[in-house]
Amino acid sequence: MARWANPFTLAGQLTRARQESARIRHESEEDFWALKDVSFEIRRGERVGIIGRNGAGKSTLLKILSRITEPTTGRVELRGRVASLLEVGTGFHPELTGRENIYLNGAILGMTRREIRLKFDEIVDFSEVEQFLDTPVKRYSSGMYVRLAFAVAAHLEPEILVVDEVLAVGDASFQRKCLGKMEDVADREGRTVLFVSHQMAAIQKLCQSCILMQSGSIRFTGNVMSSIETYLSADQDENQPGSLSAKPRKGNGKLFITGINLVSFTGSVADSAISGEDLVIELSFESKDGRPNDLSRVICSVQILDALGDSLFLTHNRMTGQPFDATSSKGALRVRISRLPLPAGDYSISYSLIKDGEFLDCISQAKRLKVEAGDFYGTGEIPPSSHGKFLVHADWTVAVV
Amino acid sequence: MLKSLSRFQRSKNRDPSQQWLVLEPNRIEKQYWKDLWRYRELFVILAWRDLAVRYKQMAIGVGWAVIRPFLSMVVFTVIFGKLANLPTDGNAPYAIMVFAALLPWQFFASALTSVSSSLLSGSALFSKVYFPRLIAPAASVITCLVDFAVSFLILAAMMIWYHYWPTWRMLTLPFWLLVVFCFSMGLGLLLATWTIRYRDLTLLVPFMVQIGQYISPVAYSTTIVPSEWKFVYGLNPMVGVIEGFRWAIIGKSAVVNPMSIGLSLVVVTLLSVAGVLSFRAAEKSFVDVI
Repeated sequence: MARWANPFTLAGQLTRARQESARIRHESEEDFWALKDVSFEIRRGERVGIIGRNGAGKSTLLKILSRITEPTTGRVELRGRVASLLEVGTGFHPELTGRENIYLNGAILGMTRREIRLKFDEIVDFSEVEQFLDTPVKRYSSGMYVRLAFAVAAHLEPEILVVDEVLAVGDASFQRKCLGKMEDVADREGRTVLFVSHQMAAIQKLCQSCILMQSGSIRFTGNVMSSIETYLSADQDENQPGSLSAKPRKGNGKLFITGINLVSFTGSVADSAISGEDLVIELSFESKDGRPNDLSRVICSVQILDALGDSLFLTHNRMTGQPFDATSSKGALRVRISRLPLPAGDYSISYSLIKDGEFLDCISQAKRLKVEAGDFYGTGEIPPSSHGKFLVHADWTVAVV
Repeated sequence: MLKSLSRFQRSKNRDPSQQWLVLEPNRIEKQYWKDLWRYRELFVILAWRDLAVRYKQMAIGVGWAVIRPFLSMVVFTVIFGKLANLPTDGNAPYAIMVFAALLPWQFFASALTSVSSSLLSGSALFSKVYFPRLIAPAASVITCLVDFAVSFLILAAMMIWYHYWPTWRMLTLPFWLLVVFCFSMGLGLLLATWTIRYRDLTLLVPFMVQIGQYISPVAYSTTIVPSEWKFVYGLNPMVGVIEGFRWAIIGKSAVVNPMSIGLSLVVVTLLSVAGVLSFRAAEKSFVDVI
């Protein structure tokens, strides 16, 4: 690459300097390792979850295991056929019919035509799109498309199945069906599954052990619960009072939330809530152009999610019949949750602001919510979180006959 | 490491569910050519997909495979044969001489276009699933082969029309077809690997095809090329290929220049090897670049 440059002339020296800097730049570019010192062993029939933040190297790992990219160094040994499911409907062609796409997609995922023919009816049954089998998939609804695509994938029979975040699509009931199916085949046929997901609930349901990745190497391996806990506790750097996580916002932003605070029963800003005490969540808002905004048609919702990202409850001020009777450019919306029915643990708060059916602002899992153990029943006994997700008020009596 | 290696060698078991697969830099090479055979069904399915999709939602459909070469032939025959009054090869009708060249030329043009764009157009697929990538460009050529077969039927009809009977030389057609196949694959694969880094080439390929039609003897006979230029002219492999096609179809009155055919074979061989090698090299990591 380097051209010869005469070191005795100015032009030559400039050329040399340029070449040198180009070389340095080139080297530092190559110095990024998406994965480094990653070593693990998975036995046949194990179902392993891979978790970690975006950019931790999960997808690169899957790409190497599924042979999409070649490793620059290192060694992978796999026993048996590998099928990778990094996307639902890989290779689906919009112009082809559902029937044709089953064959196409199946072949792309590594099934032979014989295998597909044998399982064809099963696939069609699973997908629930039988009556549209001879319609081009470009006319399918997105739900039908995903169902058909997943139906093919669910009937793969490799020894090793590598699955990336593919369950994020499709409706909840179909997701459950897919998870069930994957669990089922894995159990019955001893299939090894590597499963990447950000949905901790799905990982928890499907996997027996977990690999936690962080910046290209393995941070933790072990059972699912402790991996998830380690992952979530590593996620805590954003928990400044009032601040919102840097997650993407949705909505037109005409009115937006600048911060969320927890207000304790004494009226001061708290950094955690207490089980069984009233919790006030205060959302500070501002209008984008600084002009007063009519709040009477604004619907504000607050949703509490558990550490796995599953919604526990949602409340909004239309449901409670309490419109905000004010016009302002700045202020705070407050919601009081009486006697917080949650056991101690980590939760998060999502919110949304809607006006006339349009999102003004919305962040899911905008803020972490730590709930400390509290005397929910006022009896001095702390209810353990292992009993369930909720605490409810209850009265016990006995009737003697 | 040693232990696992011996374990790998021991398992000469044919059952794929028991076979060890070792992924290591530069190890995959040996595996690759075996995989190419293992994935033959995918090759068939991808070729079938291209064919099935080709004429969907078109009024005339497969008719296009007939109309395009036929109209080109008519235009070339009228302009070059009648208006410009260029000579034909021996006593062959001008139309047949033109069509004998259009057969390989149209195959080459469409195959080059689809092979050179195959890496880009398949990138969505390549980044999600593994298969020997060479399958994708190879499968895309099948469509061109089918078009070739349809065009061949037109040729047969024309020969009946002109009462021009084929000779035994017709039997060598598969060989010439193989040459033009290798040429379009070789050049196409080279272009495909360069296209990953330099998208400029997506503009260059249609231009090459357009210009190539004039610097190859598609619409005229090679007799009009001055003999001192024959060598330079023959460096274009299509010159040799077209002469070969004409020789096979027209018979003994065809103008054949052994030098251009020899040149063509040499260039095509070099290009095919270079194409496959550069494609293989690019294939390992192009998903990260694309």
